[in-house]
Amino acid sequence: MSVSIPNMNFLLAAPEIFLLIMTCVIMLVDLYSSAEKREGRLLFLSIFTLLVFTMRLAVDSYYEPNVFARYAFNGMFVVDGMAVILKAAIAIAVAMVIIYSRAYLVARNMFTGEFILLILFATLGMMIMVSANHFVTLYLGLELLALSSYAMVALNRDSVTSSEAAMKYFILGALASGLLLYGLSMVYGATGSLDVAKVAKVIDYSRANDPLVTFGLVFVVAGLAFKLGVVPFHMWVPDVYHGAPTPMTLFIGSAPKIAAFGFIMRILADSMGGAVADWQDMLVILAALSLALGNIIAIAQTNLKRMLAYSTISHMGFLLLGILAGTKNGYSSGMFYIITYVLMTLAAFGMIMLLSRAGFEADNLDDFKGLNQRSPWYAFLMLIVMFSMAGIPPFLGFWAKLAVLEGALNAGYTWLVVFAVLMSVIGAFYYLRIVKLMYFDEPTDNSPIVAAAGFRGLLATNALALLVLGLFPGLLMTACLNAIQRSL
Amino acid sequence: MITLSHYLVLSAILFAISVAGIFLNRKNIIVLLMAIELMLLAVNMNFIAFSQFSGDLHGQVFVFFILTVAAAESAIGLAILVVLFRNLKTINVDDIGTLKG
Repeated sequence: MSVSIPNMNFLLAAPEIFLLIMTCVIMLVDLYSSAEKREGRLLFLSIFTLLVFTMRLAVDSYYEPNVFARYAFNGMFVVDGMAVILKAAIAIAVAMVIIYSRAYLVARNMFTGEFILLILFATLGMMIMVSANHFVTLYLGLELLALSSYAMVALNRDSVTSSEAAMKYFILGALASGLLLYGLSMVYGATGSLDVAKVAKVIDYSRANDPLVTFGLVFVVAGLAFKLGVVPFHMWVPDVYHGAPTPMTLFIGSAPKIAAFGFIMRILADSMGGAVADWQDMLVILAALSLALGNIIAIAQTNLKRMLAYSTISHMGFLLLGILAGTKNGYSSGMFYIITYVLMTLAAFGMIMLLSRAGFEADNLDDFKGLNQRSPWYAFLMLIVMFSMAGIPPFLGFWAKLAVLEGALNAGYTWLVVFAVLMSVIGAFYYLRIVKLMYFDEPTDNSPIVAAAGFRGLLATNALALLVLGLFPGLLMTACLNAIQRSL
Repeated sequence: MITLSHYLVLSAILFAISVAGIFLNRKNIIVLLMAIELMLLAVNMNFIAFSQFSGDLHGQVFVFFILTVAAAESAIGLAILVVLFRNLKTINVDDIGTLKG
């Protein structure tokens, strides 16, 4: 009897293993630190971990730039061009979330070990999601992210709105996981395998029109739509964005969206690419509904966090326009869109946290009134973010929208592209309303804006990146295109 | 003779009951948590049936992972429920509605 030595290839997962070990180390450091030293140590260690993680990815892809996909753990874990870029984007986004949140949480006595630990465990879940090549790893990564996020929303234990938002998030998130698993079980039944590559092979050759695959696909798409928050599975998004403490909203609205994109790519493009005709139609409906509902309801909001939640729904509609094209160009435009979206969201929530202070939340539209008179610089930064979200050239948001629209146009959905453009004109109204409030209204609140140097520098870099990358859109676009070319 | 389709129909019925339980339930959040558990059990039934009838063990291994995650999930769900109860003094679904719009 011969025993085959399993191809574990642990080294390929070294960044994730490092992240896990460091998270455990941070747990111990948190336990043994005195109250006055804890905050600095947690901040240093978490940022250090995320930066080393990113550096390791960068060094790795520098030395092996032309490798397509490498597998570890018997093909359950894959590192390819897409995974590397998405992981780097996630690590940087999470580091930015921690830096933005610090002052806000310290002022409210919430900068505790739990917050950092939950964020790092969620980050580990996200890394597994984008690198998973097997339904089991995909599911475990997703649940690690989801369970940490539920707890994070409920972290402010004395707040009625937070605990209510956490409950809604939990129930709908668990429902989404259930739908997804039910769909995956159908796909397993039809193909007889849980491995993404094997499922893809079976669907490509013989089972593309198997009713069992199509039936499973309906549930899989519904589960993914829940996680992404697109209409008609969007109910949790506004409540969670509004109810959760702002740093948790910032976290949930940023990095997990990148992971969700990677997750969708692994399931729909990698494993069920052969059934593209089936899921394309479903995504068209989801995209059209999200674009319409997100943009129209956002107009009626007076709370900025809630408005950004509806704007997220419409942005996810745009993301689907890129994915539904079902081509490499479409996928890379989707990737470009999601990274742009996360940059914009980070900057927008960074502004909310900049204007908030102990005992005061700047999450109403009126809190931005007359910002130009209080601080022309911050008003200018917010202007960049809003113009970019509205998709006005030359900001990065414009190029991202252009790329996904091109993808949908090439797939032959002219009516959908026209519809998306009309909806983004409606969307421009509520973004520009904030610009109007900042520049043409009188301030209601004249308290000085104070922030640490690191926060101010990061916010300025973040907002200006939207302008600079928008002037050279080729940089990010080419990186995404190369990554997708080297993955599928 | 019990065939694959018997198992699939049973798990589809369990799944439908759990979805109905989540959307029609207007009484009590604990019932919601039970419905979520039932949904995962329906999925497990599917995996085991497919695994058994196709002679592939991977599906049964997946079920162990789903069971473990389901336990963690209900732990978090109950923890959130306790927090919610402390704040609201109720676990009635209809009374939860401060977030609207």
